[in-house]
Amino acid sequence: MKSYWRSLEERQNPEQFKIDDARAEIDQKRDLMKKDAGSSRRDFLKTFGFSIAGAAVVASCKKPVEKAIPFLVKPEEVTPGMANYYASTYFEGNEYCSILVKVCDGRPIKIEGNDLSPVTRQGTSARVQASLLNLYDDARFRGPQKNGEPLPWTKIDAEITESLQQLDTSGKKVVLLTSSVISPSTRTIIEAFQKVYPRVWWLRYDAVSATGILKANQLSFGKAVIPDYHFDRAKVIVSFGADFLGTWLAPVEYAKKYAQGRDLTRQAEMSRHYQFEAGLSLTGANADVRFPVKPSEELLLLKQLYNRLCLSGGLPPAAGDGQSPVDLTALAEELTRHAGEALVVSGSNDYRLQLLVNAINHLLGNYGKTITFDRPLLTRQASDEEFALFLTALAAGEVGGVICHGVNPVYDHPEGEKIAALLKNLPLSVSFSDRIEETTAVCTYVCPEPHYLESWGDAEPKTGSFSLMQPAIRRLFDSRQPQESLMKWAGQEVNYYEYLRQYWEKELFPKQSLFDGFRQFWNDTLQKGVFELPAASSPLAWSEAGLTEALEAAGPASQGWELVLTESVALGNGKFANNPWLQELPDPVAKISWDNFASVPVKWAEENGVTNESVITINGLELPVFVQPGQAPQTISVALGYGRTVAGKVGDNLGVNLYPLQPVENGVRKFFLTGVNVELTSKRYPLAISQTHHSMEGRPIVRETAFGAWKVNPAAGNELHAIHESKMVTLYEKKEFKGHHWGMAVDLNACIGCGNCAISCPAENNIQVVGKEQVRNRRIMHWIRIDRYFSEQPENPRVSFQPVMCQHCDNAPCENVCPVAATPHSDEGLNQMAYNRCVGTRYCINNCPYRVRRFNWFQFVNNEKFDYASNSDLGRMVLNPDVTVRSRGVVEKCSFCVQRIQDKKQLAKIEGRPLRDGEIQPACVQSCPSNALVFGDMNDPESKISKLMADPRNYHLLEELHTLPSVGYLTKVRNVAES
Amino acid sequence: MYKTEIRGPLIAGDKSLRQISEEIIAPIEAKTPWWWWGAFLTSLGMLGFGLYCMYLTVTSGIGAWGLNNTIGWGWAIVNFVWWIGIGHAGTAFSIFLLILRQKWRTAINRAAEAMTVVAVMCAALFPLLHMGRPWLFFFIFPYPNTRGPLWVNFNSPLFWDFVAISAYLLISASFWYFGMVPDFATIRDKAKSKIKKAVYGFFAFGWTGSSREWLRYEGLSFVLGGIAAVLVVSVHSIVSTDFAVSVEPGWHTTIFPPYFVVGAIFSGFAMVLTLVTLMRALYKMNDFVTDSHIDAVCRILIFISLIMGTAYLTEIFIAWYSGSEYEMYMIFYTRIFGEYAFQFWAMFIANALVPQLFWFKAVRRRLWVVFLISVIINIGMWFERFNIVITSLSRDYLPANWANYSPSWIEVGVFTGTLGLFIAGVLLFFRFIPMIAISEIKSVAKYNEPRHDHLKHSGHE
Repeated sequence: MKSYWRSLEERQNPEQFKIDDARAEIDQKRDLMKKDAGSSRRDFLKTFGFSIAGAAVVASCKKPVEKAIPFLVKPEEVTPGMANYYASTYFEGNEYCSILVKVCDGRPIKIEGNDLSPVTRQGTSARVQASLLNLYDDARFRGPQKNGEPLPWTKIDAEITESLQQLDTSGKKVVLLTSSVISPSTRTIIEAFQKVYPRVWWLRYDAVSATGILKANQLSFGKAVIPDYHFDRAKVIVSFGADFLGTWLAPVEYAKKYAQGRDLTRQAEMSRHYQFEAGLSLTGANADVRFPVKPSEELLLLKQLYNRLCLSGGLPPAAGDGQSPVDLTALAEELTRHAGEALVVSGSNDYRLQLLVNAINHLLGNYGKTITFDRPLLTRQASDEEFALFLTALAAGEVGGVICHGVNPVYDHPEGEKIAALLKNLPLSVSFSDRIEETTAVCTYVCPEPHYLESWGDAEPKTGSFSLMQPAIRRLFDSRQPQESLMKWAGQEVNYYEYLRQYWEKELFPKQSLFDGFRQFWNDTLQKGVFELPAASSPLAWSEAGLTEALEAAGPASQGWELVLTESVALGNGKFANNPWLQELPDPVAKISWDNFASVPVKWAEENGVTNESVITINGLELPVFVQPGQAPQTISVALGYGRTVAGKVGDNLGVNLYPLQPVENGVRKFFLTGVNVELTSKRYPLAISQTHHSMEGRPIVRETAFGAWKVNPAAGNELHAIHESKMVTLYEKKEFKGHHWGMAVDLNACIGCGNCAISCPAENNIQVVGKEQVRNRRIMHWIRIDRYFSEQPENPRVSFQPVMCQHCDNAPCENVCPVAATPHSDEGLNQMAYNRCVGTRYCINNCPYRVRRFNWFQFVNNEKFDYASNSDLGRMVLNPDVTVRSRGVVEKCSFCVQRIQDKKQLAKIEGRPLRDGEIQPACVQSCPSNALVFGDMNDPESKISKLMADPRNYHLLEELHTLPSVGYLTKVRNVAES
Repeated sequence: MYKTEIRGPLIAGDKSLRQISEEIIAPIEAKTPWWWWGAFLTSLGMLGFGLYCMYLTVTSGIGAWGLNNTIGWGWAIVNFVWWIGIGHAGTAFSIFLLILRQKWRTAINRAAEAMTVVAVMCAALFPLLHMGRPWLFFFIFPYPNTRGPLWVNFNSPLFWDFVAISAYLLISASFWYFGMVPDFATIRDKAKSKIKKAVYGFFAFGWTGSSREWLRYEGLSFVLGGIAAVLVVSVHSIVSTDFAVSVEPGWHTTIFPPYFVVGAIFSGFAMVLTLVTLMRALYKMNDFVTDSHIDAVCRILIFISLIMGTAYLTEIFIAWYSGSEYEMYMIFYTRIFGEYAFQFWAMFIANALVPQLFWFKAVRRRLWVVFLISVIINIGMWFERFNIVITSLSRDYLPANWANYSPSWIEVGVFTGTLGLFIAGVLLFFRFIPMIAISEIKSVAKYNEPRHDHLKHSGHE
């Protein structure tokens, strides 16, 4: 083969040529690469050094994002870190409460009871406390919307006004659907609106209305009102299914009065309370004598009671005395003995039952004494029958537009689905709701109203008793008060605040004589929050109208299972479903949160192998079971207010909605069903039960006695206390508290177990919501819990409530076991927690015999897994700046609201005076609706707490352990015959 | 020639000193057997899973475990006490048998001590992990600080725990290590590879075997042994005060310190037995770990088991005798006949009854039965700790607080991880460290006739 060569070198030494060639190529490439990278070692060091230095500088310069903007000109009354209190008014879900709003750095952070209110008298309910969190709810609308798209107010107003005018000319009705309106100025605005649009039909709708009472009183007294019930004046209280301490009409007011009538620290007498009901309600749990009966039997029972009272009053009894399920002889006798100081109430929505109740109260002469008409309750004005008319009109196409304010019939009406479909087709549908909900979801326009803490307003919960609502914060979002919206659509520009003032100047100012000028009157009322006109006493004439029919009426046939629908103590009628505080509040009786459940009778459950968390179907609806001691045989109770589908991230799809099962008879909604089909399934459903053992096992935990025994010996039932005191010996020097020595007394006789404190405390102390799974894991964070024990017969148990918070033991077992001394004792007797010292060994939790210490099992704030209230800037606005937000891995517990103690101590120091007794009120004490909690200085012999600690009823929980708690409990006294 | 047939030889096979060295070092020199790799990889897998679970715990929080507001301590503390108990054996073995002049211990003490060190390491993981904020564990050290007069709480049993365990770990590790120095020197001298020579040489501290060194060595052993003897008793007594000092029914008992110490030795000896039977079977160490060794340990176990039974019965009696309703409820209605009856009876049967089988020679002879019983005791002792920790917490004073506890898979994973760590540690010990103390066992070698090879070996010929 011929060999070709490229150069002489190749020809001479082809091998070497190849090598040289390759080397040259490599060198060339290497040079190129170097050039490309453009970096030598020196370059690398330069870059490295610069970037490190740069990174260090950047990192060290990083500043946290400050969202606080300093005041350019400081408002007069705002001092950073100092709280101001503004009186205001809560009225939502038919519940009224006069409140004080604690505002710190421009944010409302706590709601307190207003002691000046003659109605709620410093009490609040769990819902009132939790309503604060609704202000910072992520589910709130950011601004007006049309079909889910934001639209400016001007456009919305133009469209709605045009639509209203069109409808007015077309002759179709426009329905203004509101819940009960207790604001007198709003009433005049609505009237003004109706003047412009005469076809507007103002319809009031309440999910749980008082139709029965209103109708019965219309018949008996010629006036459809709810009278004023005086539970404090009654010596005998008989309730037929009315949960007046939990949900019925005005529970806060009634709880105050009820507790007052049974307060043994002030008087030596107490009322006796009889309760007839199917499921064990909060009120039934507090009753002295409770009869589990089917709801269908109530009519019969009332008839019999009426007949017996007639007999003992020498009147001829009415006909129709059937077989009595309960022996009423003793009750009738007792009522007769206490004629004029008895009180009979019924929770039924059937006017016939209410007529019988009226007749009984009339027979006993209770009217004018325990029941008066001088200040009728105005919080439930709606009539179911009227709403039924509306439904017919809506279905018939007579309605052209609906404006919803504070109502959610798509969710809470039995025919919600039908209403939704009809609303969707309307030419005009407007909602004033401030957050997403089922009805708003089907409305075309959303004109969000501000939260009540952002609003002006007034209220007249009871005739002649007024209160004012004032904004405690600037509107967070683009909202507008419905009053202004309505007037705008009526063609008038109205500033509602101005309107309100003018209204008060015109209507209320002339009726008082205390102030000469309106400004003073206004400012004074605004400051106090309440204003009361003297009661107009106009006794109403009694008529027996309808009574005969009621007596002759046949009750519903009692066949098979009966399902009782109740309002839940935590959620009410379901309005607040997106409120995690309320969702996490355990039901006072069942101690279950985050779900509703079917309460079934014990005996049936045992016979059928049904246990807690079994699933049964009720008319096809699947519900988890709670085996409820005291549940009447053949009845099942389920709470309403659950199963919301459009409520927000927290409240969606929790529990089951029972409203669709609710029967409507003659336009009136009934709260029980007969002949219910109950079937067992093999399914299980986890429930967040926060107390699983219900017996005290004979331990002296809640000490109780009978009223008779207490009268003879005030230490009755508390004999152990003296024994333990006499055995108290110690090797150690007795601790001395030279300044203050804080203590708390819990009157177990007053505590009704409502759970107000369990929500007031998280609001004050930044306690985090942990969610259903963690509650089920028994990791609820509540610092104050209410233990509930059953005793005696499971078919009809006695119930004891016991609030348990940190006992602040002077010989605290938790303190000496902490290896890092994170929980020391203060020289004022407080057991303190140093969160930043705690390493989380949890030894203190184990060694606390009361188990009041709580561990932060996870990071509960700013954690996607706990997406409740503290996962957004908005939600975290509720945090109290005086209290540390605890991190993961530390132990926390009740501090006796040490921040409040310090605050008042400083105030007293600045003012150069000693602290006054009762000046310091921890969050739980402040708003307790039954005044069960008292806080004070045990070193002051004149203080209320010292007197209570010396009360013969006082004892300490587990005092035999010599932990020397600073919390004392006063024995529970039941007004029962035997001791 | 004088024969010591009465006590019998402690080493079978009439081995020369050289043979002893060679046979004991053989596994280190030999190729790693396949089962070792299998077991080692498995244990590493377990450890890896455990580490993952620890990672989950540390990153998400103690909520990853099954604990709650009523039961603040769960498997972590059960396992901690269990491991600490196992960690007792090595030192107890060496010290108590040394005091009692039981020469047969020489065949076993090295393995027992190794086990101690690994077990204490496993145990020490738990107090750290179960803290809510483990990154602040140094708060528990009594160090001078700038936080004013803030000091640790000297009243807290957890602080005593920390002191006791760290002291114990330090002493038992030193005791074990210094005991190995002559053996490391032996390996160094025999090793062929340079790396091995260097590594073992480093650990051998330049040991030459001179008389002066032996003198110092023995002196040090006695001093460390003396300290360790006290610590063996103190460490578990102190662990028991975690419970005894509290107010909880079922915890607040004065019997706890001795009861815990005995229990610890019991579980430790059972674990030694488990390991030694395995070691004998896997490495054919029958000549060193003879039937009489197994027999002796079994006899000790009978004795301790009787003490355990007595302790259990005493606890029950005192609960009744105290008249405290909380205590009685705890013992009778929670443990014996209650919700936790299974755990109680598992503990009682495994610890107090099953070991009584060792009364029978036939049982003691059969290695697999001995192995089985030793494992049962280990499980029983775990249940004892479960009984103490969990039952007391779940049914204490206020019935409203009563709650149940079951571990989450993460907790189980952490435990699996420590088991993996333990097995891996023991396997490494088998592989790289003479599993029997060569120098010590040589001292108990007895011969009926003079051995020429000894003279040769020591350079006399």
